[in-house]
Amino acid sequence: MYPENYKYTKEHEWILVEGDTGTIGITDHAQHELGDIVYVDLPKEGAAVEQGKALGSVESVKAVSDIYSPVTGEVIASNTILTGAPEKLNADPHGEAWLVKIRLANPAELDGLMSAADYQAYLGE
Amino acid sequence: MESASGVLLKTPLNAVHRASGAKMVDFGGWDMPVQYSGILDEHATVRTRVGLFDVSHMGEIQVTGPQALELVNWVSCNDAGKLQVGQAHYSGLILEGGGFVDDILVHKFAGDHYFLCVNASNQDKDFAHIQEQNTLKKFDARVENIGPTLSQIAVQGPRAVETLQKLTKTELAPIKYYWFATGEVAGAPATIARTGYTGEDGFEIYIANSEAPRLWGELLSAGEEFGIKPAGLGARNTLRLEAAMALYGHEITDELNPLEAGLSWIVKLGKSDFLGKRKLEEIKAAGLKRKLCGFKMTGRGIGRDGYPIQVDGAEAGWVTSGGPGPTVNMNVGMCYLPVEKSNIGQPIQVMIRNQAADAEVIGTPFYKRAK
Repeated sequence: MYPENYKYTKEHEWILVEGDTGTIGITDHAQHELGDIVYVDLPKEGAAVEQGKALGSVESVKAVSDIYSPVTGEVIASNTILTGAPEKLNADPHGEAWLVKIRLANPAELDGLMSAADYQAYLGE
Repeated sequence: MESASGVLLKTPLNAVHRASGAKMVDFGGWDMPVQYSGILDEHATVRTRVGLFDVSHMGEIQVTGPQALELVNWVSCNDAGKLQVGQAHYSGLILEGGGFVDDILVHKFAGDHYFLCVNASNQDKDFAHIQEQNTLKKFDARVENIGPTLSQIAVQGPRAVETLQKLTKTELAPIKYYWFATGEVAGAPATIARTGYTGEDGFEIYIANSEAPRLWGELLSAGEEFGIKPAGLGARNTLRLEAAMALYGHEITDELNPLEAGLSWIVKLGKSDFLGKRKLEEIKAAGLKRKLCGFKMTGRGIGRDGYPIQVDGAEAGWVTSGGPGPTVNMNVGMCYLPVEKSNIGQPIQVMIRNQAADAEVIGTPFYKRAK
């Protein structure tokens, strides 16, 4: 369920790091808790984001939830698919429905994130 | 409304919801299902087939006695004297200052017997208020809080009649909108009212607590061929929002009056004196300053409850309820605006987390079912 090569936050985001680029999304647990997602608000290319600070928001039918950035860096891409089809976040949160790609400013920040096994243990608590 | 121990209150169907895997939430002190299969799926089910809601948390207050009508007409703004036996209407319990104690449904069982359906979180306050007025005005009437003994199940959607008809000998087709019958459903005595909070055809069934779990199961079986599904409070809210029905604490509060809420049709200033009448007459004579309006988002984003509204860069009002309208396929909401800025087509900006998003005043309801 939770890919081994991703890192996870306590706020239920994931990040996949390839070179100096991190792809960020929300976890399957997060989409399940939110329910039907109807709107996604993402930062524009070039925006600066900071670890632990809101980078955008996801709205379900009922409520708005902030997405917190797992790392500090610069947004190099936003997933435009989600503008027209936010429901894809319910269907494929770990794949097609990634949110943003970020150029990492400080890769050492990754050390503070959870592994897949740690995240699943965290969910089980 | 938490019980004294701080434990969440439960309806007789609580275990049934939990066993079915519903997502439960604390709703004003009640442990209630917010969704089962998903809000959008449940919403579509009610619009196109039939959905089942546990609304047993709602309160019921019975007023009986020789002056039952006098008491009901004193505490509420609609004219219960116009009701026939077997008829119900929407009304408001009004404060002296013109605001709402609650919004209610009044059912006339007999000239000396009225039955009020009130909001869950207001039921204790409503009961105390009506009792107090009964004492103050020395009416020969008796007020009973019968909510704790009754469950309420709503069957809503275009296939509601066919579903419920399988479980009762009472002929449902002749029951008109906002009328009710007493009879048996699944072998148990019940009040069957053709009312609802979804904008669809359907019924609200009042039944003894002990019968509720069995009735719930029988309704699900009866509706299976029509595609029935249980629906939670999440879908109840998107359905009532599309129908532009008021929700206490949002469109109406103790500080908002029925005239500005667009509910002048339930304010009968021509009837005998009632609590709040003088204030409402004053407000009417002075002219309304603000008005409840519908809006749709024209820009990106969703206007949510409590978001401020600006017109031409200046603070003008606030969103009372807002969200996606799944059937109308627009992000819609209701809001208070100054009367002079409330015309259909008026451009407004909803302040979504300090960012202006474009919206436009439109007529309500957003959704109206085909008759």
